[in-house]
Amino acid sequence: MTEALVEVQNLKKYFPITGGVFSRTVGNVKAVDGVSFTIHKGESFGLVGESGCGKSTIGRTLLRLNDKTDGKVLFKGQDIHQLSKSQLRSIRPKMQIVFQDPFSSLNPRIKIGEAIGEALLSHGLIDRKDLKDRVMETLKICGLAPYHYNRYPHEFSGGQRQRIGIARALILEPEFIVADEPVSALDVSIQAQIINLLTDLQAEKQLTYLFISHDLSVVEHLCDRVGVMYLGSMVEMARKEELFGNPLHPYTKALMSAIPIPDPTLKRERIVLQGDLPSPANPPSGCKFHTRCPLATDLCKEKEPEYRDAGNQHFVACHYA
Amino acid sequence: MAKQTVETKTLVEFKNLKTHFHTSAGVVKAVDDVSFSIREGETLCVVGESGCGKSVTAMSLMRLIETPPGEIAGGEILFEGKDLLKLSKRDMSRLRGNEVAMIFQEPMSSLNPVLTIGEQICEPLILHKNMDRKEAKKRAIELITLVGIPRAEDIFHAYPHELSGGMRQRIMIAIALSCDPKLLIADEPTTALDVTIQAQILDLMREIKTKVNTAIMLITHDLGVVAEMADFVVVMYAGKVIEEAPVIDLFKDPQHPYTKGLLKAKPVLNQKQERLYSIPGQVPNPVELGSNCHFHDRCEFCMEICKTKEPPLRIHGDSKHKTACWLYEEEGKVQ
Repeated sequence: MTEALVEVQNLKKYFPITGGVFSRTVGNVKAVDGVSFTIHKGESFGLVGESGCGKSTIGRTLLRLNDKTDGKVLFKGQDIHQLSKSQLRSIRPKMQIVFQDPFSSLNPRIKIGEAIGEALLSHGLIDRKDLKDRVMETLKICGLAPYHYNRYPHEFSGGQRQRIGIARALILEPEFIVADEPVSALDVSIQAQIINLLTDLQAEKQLTYLFISHDLSVVEHLCDRVGVMYLGSMVEMARKEELFGNPLHPYTKALMSAIPIPDPTLKRERIVLQGDLPSPANPPSGCKFHTRCPLATDLCKEKEPEYRDAGNQHFVACHYA
Repeated sequence: MAKQTVETKTLVEFKNLKTHFHTSAGVVKAVDDVSFSIREGETLCVVGESGCGKSVTAMSLMRLIETPPGEIAGGEILFEGKDLLKLSKRDMSRLRGNEVAMIFQEPMSSLNPVLTIGEQICEPLILHKNMDRKEAKKRAIELITLVGIPRAEDIFHAYPHELSGGMRQRIMIAIALSCDPKLLIADEPTTALDVTIQAQILDLMREIKTKVNTAIMLITHDLGVVAEMADFVVVMYAGKVIEEAPVIDLFKDPQHPYTKGLLKAKPVLNQKQERLYSIPGQVPNPVELGSNCHFHDRCEFCMEICKTKEPPLRIHGDSKHKTACWLYEEEGKVQ
């Protein structure tokens, strides 16, 4: 196994709920509640879960776009949340993010050539005279054409905008990219193009990805290791082959069986979860999944299951797995 | 589950429907000469990418196209033999929500936030079925129970904001079913929902279909949903129907290069693929499309004729499987 690039130790991120006349904190939304994992150099780590499970918050807290509440995030051994502003700034180019919505992440009044080159200039990583060539080169790598340099964002389709988003991250020559639902807003035929682009870039530039998605099939295709989240906690994590071949947590099993498979002749037993996702402001006691779990017992209601290695680097938090 | 359709009566027939939008950039032929039919009690899926005209087709049926800028420029939509496009406004509103009901993608924005759930379910019952308040309430509570929501009595008095996305979509289904429609149009009903909730809603729709036997026109972009729900599938691209077939045939033997590409482009769980197949390029600009095959510039089998002439939608082989592609025509074989 290669060296660790990013280490997350018992990370917590609570968002306060304010109320009353004086806007006092009356509670906390525990968006991320004690999550630990390691991403090795050159690997793709996938985070999956339903909306509100805290997967995007992890991505943002990893890059210190959010402050943490507790825990540690180490990037190449350095605690990101302990760095001074200038130290943080010098490390920023090494870790970049690609957002879900390519429509709202571009300024409509800035030509995309400038939008892509902007970060390089402001980090002082390039001479102004070399800038255009670098941008052109990056455009080409991301499957765009040089004449796109002087165009505005509205002239591009969703897939092309996502390529621009990737180009902006890539031009800084990062080592680590957080991709937060990069293909969810795109049509199927365009999704495949972007997924292939991400795969190619990783091979070419030895990138490390944290890939956040709700789509298990995309994660299975793209990632080496996968973590499954539920209400702010990691419930299962393993190598892709392990996780998809032998899922242990009942939530993971339910998620997998919920995905519609494009084969009308296939008949399978589906585990349909009852009820809705509980609110993270007021999570259930014990195992957070017990309200929807088909196997829940009294033990699950009272005691939080331990997150343990079930063998073969396959981690799971369930009393009965 | 999908099953082979038995010969049944045609409920809806789209005949050469043309819905155009007049924009400052030119005329957008959102739906351009679309013909297909929905049989009684059948689930028909319309599948395609954003902007292919699948929602506009459904909106044209409901006569919900805003004019201007939209305009139904030609064709007929026959519902049990009568042309919906020729109905008066009054007759149309009598039909809407009564014989044809619709549910939308966004369950958040399609419920009125200042009315209770109960009031919203009762409204069509009082309006269309001439029930009095008491009867309507009784029926509403039955409907809430039918769509699988516990504590129906409490929910009857709740406001939409008190419910989750999945629950709201169930309420939308309850409202849609309130007048026993013959056709239920569902426009991406699960796209905004999480997968576990999507599974619940799809199960519910299947269950309800067997109980009340309505025909469903399901609009989706997800081929997985199509495989699970459909009896018959219509594939649209850039305002045209490019292929239609019974669901088993379509997945077993897709004919149009676009359909084949779509099926290959989606990663499937537990199937190892080194590299995803991707269709090059992007959906064409819908303004002023020429009369050719709109897919020609993305198609790996593109021939001269594809660039200049539009392929007809015709049966090739199997009696119900239609494709619009020159590859299957005499002209294509000659070249």
